[in-house]
Amino acid sequence: MSERILLAHGSGGELSHELIDRVFAPAFANPALARMDDSAVLPVPPPGSRLAFTTDGYVVRPLFFPGGDIGRLAVCGTVNDLAMMGATPLYLSAAVVLEEGFATADLERIVASMAAAAREAGVEIVTGDTKVVERGSADGCFITTAGVGVIPPGVDLSGAGARPGDAVLISGPVGDHGLAIMSQREGLRFASPLESDVAPLNGLVRALLEATPALHTLRDPTRGGLATTLNEIARQSQVEIIVEEASIPVRPAAQALAEMLGLDPLYVANEGKLIAVVAPEAAEAALAAMRAHPLGREAAIIGRVHGGRPGRVALRTTLGAHRVLDMLAGEQLPRIC
Amino acid sequence: MRYIDEFRDPALAEALLRRIHAHATRPVRLMEFCGTHTHAIFRHGLRQLLPPQVTTLSGPGCPVCVTSAADLDRAIALARIPGVTIATFGDMLRVPGSQGSLQDAKAAGADVRVVYSSLDALDLARRRPERTVVLLGVGFETTAPTVAAAIVQAAQEGLANLRLLSLHKLTPPATHAILRSGEVALDGILAPGHVSTIIGAQAWQFVPREYGLPCTVTGFEPLDILAGIADLVEQHEAGRAEVHNAYGRSVQPQGNPAALELMERVFAPAPASWRGLGTLPDSGLALREEYRAFDAAPLLAAQGIEAAEAREPAGCRCGDVLRGALEPNRCPLFGRVCTPERPVGPCMVSSEGSCAAHYRYGGKA
Repeated sequence: MSERILLAHGSGGELSHELIDRVFAPAFANPALARMDDSAVLPVPPPGSRLAFTTDGYVVRPLFFPGGDIGRLAVCGTVNDLAMMGATPLYLSAAVVLEEGFATADLERIVASMAAAAREAGVEIVTGDTKVVERGSADGCFITTAGVGVIPPGVDLSGAGARPGDAVLISGPVGDHGLAIMSQREGLRFASPLESDVAPLNGLVRALLEATPALHTLRDPTRGGLATTLNEIARQSQVEIIVEEASIPVRPAAQALAEMLGLDPLYVANEGKLIAVVAPEAAEAALAAMRAHPLGREAAIIGRVHGGRPGRVALRTTLGAHRVLDMLAGEQLPRIC
Repeated sequence: MRYIDEFRDPALAEALLRRIHAHATRPVRLMEFCGTHTHAIFRHGLRQLLPPQVTTLSGPGCPVCVTSAADLDRAIALARIPGVTIATFGDMLRVPGSQGSLQDAKAAGADVRVVYSSLDALDLARRRPERTVVLLGVGFETTAPTVAAAIVQAAQEGLANLRLLSLHKLTPPATHAILRSGEVALDGILAPGHVSTIIGAQAWQFVPREYGLPCTVTGFEPLDILAGIADLVEQHEAGRAEVHNAYGRSVQPQGNPAALELMERVFAPAPASWRGLGTLPDSGLALREEYRAFDAAPLLAAQGIEAAEAREPAGCRCGDVLRGALEPNRCPLFGRVCTPERPVGPCMVSSEGSCAAHYRYGGKA
């Protein structure tokens, strides 16, 4: 393999085959991919279950950041979108756009990281594509993944499922991912102990589903952060959500960095956290199930769903005042996912 | 000591609020000069906790907001000059000028970089000797010393491709202008904590001396702000008018001598044009003769770019908002035509703008 990616690596010819045979196929090794046909051929899920299908593009900068990289992000992001519907994620596709001159060693690191994240999540990357564009036409490496999962019978989660009285839970401290990436940006380079929380959440979701049937909504607060995602739920469900500022977990390092940069951690992206809206009687069981899981040890009940003013999210500040917690509006954040 | 939670302690806040309630025996109208104060007041919901007779008004303390439309247009014109790289703080990107914003110029091919410190601009100039790097110097006394440091460093290195468009502004002249006009009746001033860290608490002595008003230098955490308000309310009740420092962990009476010396070395006071306040004498900072080589203004002249008549956005009342004469949600455009996604005026753009604070934390119109 050459040290750098050439335009010919995306031509479909010899070099393309070399890239697939030497980099992608060994890392993602699975029977569906090994056939090297035009499509992955997969079994149909059992009757009564439903398919979940999602896709997402990843353009994060820098490509490697504390706690993860674009490869891990591309796998976890799509796995998590499936998991939020209560689906068991099964198969992913990956389309990679590379800039001419990209270091082959960096691609190998990214691919190894994708393979590791897929193993962690228990999914297979069964089909893919690589394109190479001229230098200057892309920023190193862009990845698009799509995923399918199976929703078992009886599971019905939706952003429209929140009901007055429900409890709102968060699986852990917010803001780590976005702030870890900010800390690495050109011109900042803070020496910060913060790491991205990027992780596959399907295991945590399985634990929740086993703990209680009274789950109404799951959502991962990625871009726009906790505040924006709560607003999405409030609008979709036509309910009011009131959260307690003092109950929302934020790491001291994240709080400090956010203050320094003039950011509110509630609006900063997460890649390994979920919001759960559950029936009031199931709140403690859901909290216990989260805390028993490695990715939910710092979970907390942060608020309640009300009937009051549909579509609105309010925050009770640590000082006891109420204020509107609006969607992210006009913030200038770098690309973070 | 983490300097965050300690200054958000509910029990201590309760005690300060009790003090404010006890001493606010008659109506008190206070102005917070600083946009960061406005944001903190809204973010922590402090207005709700104050007794109805205590009113806080936002002042002109948002550097991006007070930048005049004409100066904005000059910045955008610089961005369009071939070979120029603009280094700017992020807030400036989206502010609409007469014809589009820096962000629009960037989308049309201009090289506009967001920097977090003036030293980043210096770095940019070192790394790109073939480009002329223009730093947009926007900010109050808090920003100007770091820009001065960058200029001194550039002079020492003989860095020939760095320029500065100095749109810096000084806060005491703007405070003078607001108090002298008498347009807004005020009973006290919450003086800006960060600016005072540089210029010193003593710099505000003119407020009691010339206008008979109490003035309290105030920090930015909820307890800081409540302590500042409590002090002003007590002074008002007692009929006192003095400068007090409620931000002692950061502000010295004489400020930061090193920063002041640096500013003095590089800049001389000059007239500046303020949105909402017009042109105020000695309220801006121009490069001194020995640093004039770094001035970006000649680049515009060399291109034959004249100072065209700048147009204020139609219907925008940022000027009134900046003088404290209009509450943001009373502006006819607020939340309807003008939102953070599609801002008409700068006060809706900047993270220090009071329209943005009202919109984000106070809800829509």
